[in-house]
Amino acid sequence: MEPRQLAAAAMLATLAALAALPFFGEKFTVQLFTKILIMAIFAMSLDLLIGFTGLVSFGHAAFFGVAGYILALLTPQYEAANLWTSLPIAVAGSALAALAIGLLVLRTAGLYFIMVTLAFAQMLFFLFHDTKIAGGADGIYVYVRPAAEILGWKPFDLENFVHLYLVVLALFVLVFLLLRVVLASLFGRVIEGIRVNEHRMRSLGYPTFRYKLACFVLAGALAGLAGYLSAIQFGFVNPDMLGWHLSGEVMMMVILGGMGTLIGPALGAAAMMLVEIAFQALPTVGSIDLGKHWQLFMGSFIVLVVLFLPHGLLGLLARVGAVREGGDG
Amino acid sequence: MDFGTFLIQLLNGIQYGLLLFLVASGLTLVFGIMGVINLAHGSFYMIGAYLAWSLSAYFGNLWAAIASGVVLTVLLGMFLEWLLIKKLYARDHLYQVLLTYGLILVFEEMRSVIWGDDVHGVQTPGVLSASLPLTDTLSYPVYRLWISAVCLALAVGMYVLIQHTRIGMMIRAGATNRDMVQSLGLNIQLVYRVVFALGIALAAFAGMIAAPVSSVFPGMGNQVLIICFVVVVIGGIGSVKGAMVAALLIGLVDTFGKVVELQIGEIKLLPELAGMTVYLLMAAVLLWRPEGIFGRRT
Repeated sequence: MEPRQLAAAAMLATLAALAALPFFGEKFTVQLFTKILIMAIFAMSLDLLIGFTGLVSFGHAAFFGVAGYILALLTPQYEAANLWTSLPIAVAGSALAALAIGLLVLRTAGLYFIMVTLAFAQMLFFLFHDTKIAGGADGIYVYVRPAAEILGWKPFDLENFVHLYLVVLALFVLVFLLLRVVLASLFGRVIEGIRVNEHRMRSLGYPTFRYKLACFVLAGALAGLAGYLSAIQFGFVNPDMLGWHLSGEVMMMVILGGMGTLIGPALGAAAMMLVEIAFQALPTVGSIDLGKHWQLFMGSFIVLVVLFLPHGLLGLLARVGAVREGGDG
Repeated sequence: MDFGTFLIQLLNGIQYGLLLFLVASGLTLVFGIMGVINLAHGSFYMIGAYLAWSLSAYFGNLWAAIASGVVLTVLLGMFLEWLLIKKLYARDHLYQVLLTYGLILVFEEMRSVIWGDDVHGVQTPGVLSASLPLTDTLSYPVYRLWISAVCLALAVGMYVLIQHTRIGMMIRAGATNRDMVQSLGLNIQLVYRVVFALGIALAAFAGMIAAPVSSVFPGMGNQVLIICFVVVVIGGIGSVKGAMVAALLIGLVDTFGKVVELQIGEIKLLPELAGMTVYLLMAAVLLWRPEGIFGRRT
C-alpha cells in the first residue's frame, strides 16, 4: 500500500476502535478517553495557530476557560441549561474574547507575541480569580449537565458517561474535518504562506492582519468548544482553566505529537495524558512520594522532548519510515 | 487619602517597582543579548527567596545568606547555560518557551521536595529593622528604603558595566553580531554564559532582599515572572532603560490600584479589579506603541 492509503487506513481503524470503546472499555477508560478527545480538540485548535500560521500563543487556555465559565454562569443552580443555546453562546463568547484580545496581540510578533498572549490570558485569570463573578479563586460547580431536549425529544443524555463520550467523539471528528477543509481551502494556503513569509504574502496583496485575526478567532472558538465540553465532563470550573499551566500543557501536546499536522496534536494529547497518569502512579521511594511530585518528571520529560524530539512523535515515525525504506532519513 | 498615607504608598510603589526592575532587567538582558526567552527566570526569584530563608536560618544572619546565595545562583546559572540553554540559541522561540516551561515545573517541584509547601517569614536584619517617622502617627520601615537604595545602586552599576567597561563592550558587540565577535577571537560562549548567570543572579538577589517584606511562598516566582513580562513589553525588549521606566510605572499603578477607591455608579472598579490594572496599562501601551516605549521600531 502507498503511505497515504496506509495512513488513511490507520486513521479509520483508530476511529472504529474509538467508536467501539464504550462496548468493551471500563467506565474509567471511557472517561479517560473523553478527556483525551476534549484535549485533542483543544490541541488541534492551538496547532492552527502554532503549526499552521506560525503564531506562538502562550495564552490559549484563556479561551478554553471563558467558555467553561459561560456554561457555569448560564446554568441555574440545580437545573440544567439548554445544550442548544448554551453551547453556541459559550463558543461565541470565546470567539469574541479571541477577537478582542487578537486585535491587540496581533499588533506584535515574535517574542512579544508570546509574552503578550500570556499576559492577556493572565488578565482574564485575575478577572475570575479576584472578583466574585463566579466563585472567585474557588471556582464554581455545574451541578447539572446541559439538557439536549429538542421539543420534548431527547436524542441523548449527557449525564450518561457513554453518551457524553460519543458526543465528544462526534465533535472531535467534526472539528477534525472542519480544520481539514479550512486548511485545504485558499484560506488555509494563505495562512501557511503567512507562516513561511508574511512580507511576501502582504506584497501579493493579502491583508495578512485580517487573515491572522480570523485564524486567532477560529482557534479561540474551537478552544472554547473544548472548554465547554471539559466543564460538562468535570461539572466544575475554576480559574486554573484559564491559567498558564494549561496553556503550557496544551502547547506541549502540540509539540509532542508533531506540529503542523492535525493528527499530531491529537496524538500528543493522548500521549501527554497517559504519561501524566504514569508519572502520578510512581511509587514512594525512601521518604519521597514520587507520584505526588510527578510534575518533577513531567518537567524533565518536556525538557527531553524539546532537546531530542523537536518534531514530535509523528516526526519520529516519519524518520523510522524513511530509514526502513532506505531513504537518507 | 491623606498626605501621610499617600507618601507611604508612593514609597511602597517605588520600592516594588525597583524590585521588579531588578528581576525584569535580567530577563530583558538575556532576551536582548542572547535572543533567548527564559520562562524559568521567575523561578530564580523564588529560589533566591527560599535560599535567603534557609541559609539565614543556617548562618544566623541574612547578609551571609545573601552572599552565599548569590554565589550559588551564579554557579547554578552557569551550569544551566552549559547543560541546556546553549542548545537553544539556534532554536525557534517556541522551543525556548517549552524547555524553560519544563524547567519551571522542575524547579517548583524541587522546591516542594527540598523545602516543602509552607509559607515562611524571614526576619529583617537588626541594623535595618527601625522605622523612620513620617508624620505624628505614621512611620516607614528603613528596610524598604534600603531595598530601593540597593536596587538603584545596582541599576547604576549595570549601566556603567554595560556602557563604560570593556566587558560591557563585548556584551554589546555579542548582541549585535555574534559571529563577527567570535571571529575577532573573543570567546562569545563565555560571554553568554556570564550574561545568563548574572541575569539569573539578579532575579535571585531580588528574591533574597524581598524575602523579609514579602514572605516566602510557593508560586511566588511565577507571579513575578508574568508581571516582568508586562514590564518588558511596556519598556521594549532588550532596553534596560525601558525596563526601569516600565517597572516604576507598574510598581506605582499596582500599588495605588490596591488602595484607591474608584466606582462608576454602583459598579466598584477599584480596588476590586486591582489585579487587572497592570494588564490594562499594557493593553494601552500596545495600542499606542506595539514595540514598547523604548523599543526599536521594526
